Amino acid sequence: MSFPITLTVNGTARSLVLEDARVTLLDLLRERLDLTGAKKGCDRGQCGACTILVDGVRVNSCLALAVSHDGASITTIEGLAGTNPAGGDALHPVQAAFVEHDGFQCGFCTPGQILSAVGLIQEGQTGGDPERVREGMSGNLCRCGAYAGITEAVLAAHAAMTAPDVLPGRQLAEDAA
Amino acid sequence: MSERQRHGASIGQPLTRRDGPDKVTGAARYSADFKPEGLVHAVMAVSAIARGRVTHLDVAAAEAHPGVIAVMTPGNAPKLAKSPDLKDNPFAFRLDLLQNDGVRYANQPIAVVIGQTLEAATEGAALLAPRYEAEPVSVALGAGEVFTPETIGAGSPTSEGSGDVAAGMAAAEARIEASYDTAAQYHNALEPHSSVAQWDGDRLTLHTPTQALWIAKGRLAGLFGIPPENIHVICHYLGGGFGSKGFIAAPQILGIMAAKFVGRPVKLVTRREQMFGPVGHRAATRQTLKLGATRDGTLTALDHHTLTLTSRHDDFVEPSGILSRHLYAAGAISTTHAVSRADIGTPIFMRAPGEASGSVAVESALDELALELDLDPLEIRLRNYAEVEPITHRPFSSKALRECYAQGATRFGWASRPRQPRQMRDADGLLVGWGLGTATYPAGMMQGEARATIRADGTALIETAAQDMGQGAWTVLAQIGADGLGLPVDRVDLRIGDSNLPNGGLAGGSTGTATSGTAVHNATQAAIAELAALAVADRASPLYGAGNAGVTAADGRLARRDDPARSESFSEILSRVGKACVEAKGQGQGDPASRKTYAMHAHGAVYAEVKVDPDLGQIRVTRLVGAFAAGRIVNPHLVRSQYYGGMIWGVSLALHEHAVLDPRSGRVMNGNLAEYHIPVNADVPSMEAILVEEHDPHVNPLGIKGVGELGITGTAGAIANAVWHATGIRVRDIPITLDKLLG
Amino acid sequence: MKAFDYVRPASVAEALAAAARPGAAYLAAGTNLVDLMKGGVTRPDVLVDITRLPGLAGIEHRSDGSTRIGALVRNAVLAHDPTIATRYPALAEALLSGASGQLRNAATTAGNVLQRTRCQYFTDTASACNKRAPGTGCDAIGGVNRAHAVLGWSRHCIATHPSDFCVPLAALDAVVEIEGPGGPRSVPLEAFHRLPGDHPERETVLEPGELVVAVTLPPGADGFAAHSRYLKVRERTSYAFAVVSAAVALRMDGNRIAQARIALGSVALKPWRAREAESLLAGAAPTPETFAQAAQAALAEATPSGDNAYKIELARRIVVRALTLSAAGTPARVPALPASPFAASPFAATQSAASPSAGASTHV
Repeated sequence: MSFPITLTVNGTARSLVLEDARVTLLDLLRERLDLTGAKKGCDRGQCGACTILVDGVRVNSCLALAVSHDGASITTIEGLAGTNPAGGDALHPVQAAFVEHDGFQCGFCTPGQILSAVGLIQEGQTGGDPERVREGMSGNLCRCGAYAGITEAVLAAHAAMTAPDVLPGRQLAEDAA
Repeated sequence: MSERQRHGASIGQPLTRRDGPDKVTGAARYSADFKPEGLVHAVMAVSAIARGRVTHLDVAAAEAHPGVIAVMTPGNAPKLAKSPDLKDNPFAFRLDLLQNDGVRYANQPIAVVIGQTLEAATEGAALLAPRYEAEPVSVALGAGEVFTPETIGAGSPTSEGSGDVAAGMAAAEARIEASYDTAAQYHNALEPHSSVAQWDGDRLTLHTPTQALWIAKGRLAGLFGIPPENIHVICHYLGGGFGSKGFIAAPQILGIMAAKFVGRPVKLVTRREQMFGPVGHRAATRQTLKLGATRDGTLTALDHHTLTLTSRHDDFVEPSGILSRHLYAAGAISTTHAVSRADIGTPIFMRAPGEASGSVAVESALDELALELDLDPLEIRLRNYAEVEPITHRPFSSKALRECYAQGATRFGWASRPRQPRQMRDADGLLVGWGLGTATYPAGMMQGEARATIRADGTALIETAAQDMGQGAWTVLAQIGADGLGLPVDRVDLRIGDSNLPNGGLAGGSTGTATSGTAVHNATQAAIAELAALAVADRASPLYGAGNAGVTAADGRLARRDDPARSESFSEILSRVGKACVEAKGQGQGDPASRKTYAMHAHGAVYAEVKVDPDLGQIRVTRLVGAFAAGRIVNPHLVRSQYYGGMIWGVSLALHEHAVLDPRSGRVMNGNLAEYHIPVNADVPSMEAILVEEHDPHVNPLGIKGVGELGITGTAGAIANAVWHATGIRVRDIPITLDKLLG
Repeated sequence: MKAFDYVRPASVAEALAAAARPGAAYLAAGTNLVDLMKGGVTRPDVLVDITRLPGLAGIEHRSDGSTRIGALVRNAVLAHDPTIATRYPALAEALLSGASGQLRNAATTAGNVLQRTRCQYFTDTASACNKRAPGTGCDAIGGVNRAHAVLGWSRHCIATHPSDFCVPLAALDAVVEIEGPGGPRSVPLEAFHRLPGDHPERETVLEPGELVVAVTLPPGADGFAAHSRYLKVRERTSYAFAVVSAAVALRMDGNRIAQARIALGSVALKPWRAREAESLLAGAAPTPETFAQAAQAALAEATPSGDNAYKIELARRIVVRALTLSAAGTPARVPALPASPFAASPFAATQSAASPSAGASTHV
């Protein structure tokens, strides 16, 4: 049995035929589309390493069946830099902030952390409150213990993206939706 | 010490990670991200029983599942050149590689299913529906016959001490005796153990996460009966190890065997729930501390006895008592270990092996004694400050612990701490407590080698088979290389994470930067000497006749030491003699003479604030201040991250992590990341790490001590003490969970 | 995971027809179902994807004062709906205390109501479990059971229901709307989940093929908005299941409690409504003594099912605290740490906005 679906992946429309309904978005990206940025840390929605944006919203791709997401628009870590309004290969503000604030060590959870942060900022619930950022980022485990840098990075990116004189950042958040 | 002595042009600079851009864009490829042409997927089936044998696997059902290629079982698995149970060196831990049908612990691999797709292989493994002949199990601490191990940890003596402990206890004016339990913990690096293996005849290309490429290569060469040079292990990025990837584990090797079995490249990724068994853990301990002291707090005796568990089939003994040999001065010291066997996977090194579990017990006991004596916890630690290493009486190569206590105390505001517990509340009525713990970890070194190449275009290449598992090798080895060569760091290329490079040792035991950094440094000095030899022998060079030792390297130029105005660029020297490059190797290892003369340890002081709900018992660590001294700091930005990471592991040890085994089955009942709790972001609201100056002329030429494990020590004890200070309840069963505070 | 067929009906009628196939299961976000399928706990032959069904993703505030929440409304959408947060603040707080941001973005209203127990012996297919495999026994009894039930358990099953959301739903007398082969029907949430008794495999009153299409809050459920809290004790600050939780909703009449609603979470195989305690509180003054009596009444029938006696005392204390917090008034906004003891301020007049680290410690 095969299941044809279409997905927009990092801005590119793709028609795919799933030979198996069991395929999750995570395994589709990693094993079939060679987009290995999203990581499999637990495969059960317990670590957040597989976080991607689906229609602009952060979700655990390990628990999302691909066939059920026919028609969805997906952003992975590989496609995030391209969404920077500065254009070219420039890092997204969240990516840049993670480097600047050392929001990672081994880097394995990092793509999930970054997409979770992009989603969190876009959800618009935290403002500049570090406690709300910590709570909002608690679905992404970091075993190296880079939480302090992660929180700093998200706050810095949030400030950069919502500053009144940086309209492109706002635009970006809207685009992601 | 002046800034100039402490920092080079690159060393000491807070550079951001050179691998940062790759890691934030998804360009960093970890082992399971590789996909050679024709790759198929392998999935392990693991045992549901903890002891016995597998009597039946429904291979036919698995094979019948669409997409399943093959089922590898003890009946058909490739035979190995050497038994995986042969202990031809103490670090050859026994491995379960389908060489028989026996089961020695729950979650042991019992078969591997290879499929065209991951989905097919996964379901194939489920369809095997194993049947067993089960034997009764024993997994509880002290349940089996208790014996004295020959060695502990990495071959340390099982007991060590000095003086007469009984006499010291008898002479004491205050005494405490208490037992502290620490729980079994599993490393749970976010990156699961995996292999992407490809055979070409008897040559193997392997992507696998490892903290030690050459050790992995050596182990595999023995098992498969091929020369080590036939094995190419690649691991540019390592998604956390913490000791579980120091030695290649069974799942990784099963992936390699599966590739041989089906004659195709194979990827095998351990499922998270399968990581609670075959890839090591930190064993549970019960530590009994007897402390005696005079009225002023001077320790007359310190007796630290550890009871722990190891597997029924192999030996690794958590060395919890070792830190008591180095940390506090006491009139008499005894450190002993005992162990019993259990039907569990073999324990292994896990971040600060021994020191982490030992520290929480010792720091708790010391505070219990301070309470008896009505002393401030800081005061009792200063009273017993070890000016020389207690048992050996060797001087410390350096020890700025007093400064750590002082700077941390000031920053934290320790002086206003009330002596009695349950004295502080926050504005919301939550109990507030403050605690202190001393951090300590040996400044060890392994053996490593590096190669430095100076190129005619004015750039350089540093190569060593070292690892970056997050500690920052991609950045700091380049910084060390740049300073050694007198080049800006952006003109230094670095190659690591590949077993074809010179042996980079082990990223573990807080030895990585000291060892491979020293190797890199020595390689750069040798390469500069090569270059200088060319120049000083060349009549056309302004350096002619200066003698090798008479030149210095800076800003891409060699200059005469006696006349810095006479200099020449690296490019000019190489171009004129028509060479594309010069290269040289350097070794990194400790100097045996100084290591005999001096005790070498990093130290720190960790101050913790916790809040505890007075009725509900829920605990939160609201503030951590650590002050650490670890010799020369190559990159303060990244070292701070290492300390934070260690401190969060301390939070985890104190409050969260514990594997829960059902004693009837020997199975881990919380073997997943939803129920085996490690801290989340909201668990650590405020952290600070103070980098205390420390100059160490003995530890190695660069004065570097390790920082990876230091932060976990001290922290867990500080939190346990802070919980007592908040609540008045001394919990001796670690981790401290809320049910233990409900009273 | 077992291979399965996948169908995507266009209407509720089509969905019901598809679900008549043997081994069929409804799929919404899959945050629970796909997890259980990966663990081999459940092995459906057909997934009936209901995510595209029309009319199930809306929140409808009706003129009679009731609110109808469509089965497919995502947890995050519901929690952040301004009207929901205003009229039913305990609901929003409970939702935001559950799982993670990512999971809340996916998980649905019906999926949350239908989520299965977290009992380790249920999810571990090597263990005996009467719920997963009727008649095999219950390995949780005599096993690792610190987290297990203290109310309503039987000798066949001691598991708990893990939902946060269902706890305030039970307190607010929510009603589950069901479509099925036999036509539509409604069941009060409190009667929707079944206690284990002799048949722990029957978790809800749903008949085969029936589909939850909405959850409705009755008229008047917003009358508690000024005094409602959800409080959840857990073993880490976030992203953890409750050890014990409580939802409390009070309707105040001057200095007296006119009406009280109390439900407990993670103490039984269903959200546990404490009606005796509610009766005690009706007309009473909100004093510590009254709250303590109510807590005693709420747990009067509790007995440990294993190594979990501490949960009984903990539950009493949570009831007292949740009552105290509710009486003090609903905060203007869901706290930064929803439902956490570290967000709640029983003793302080106002919510502390300061970082918990910054000089908040005072000696007393």
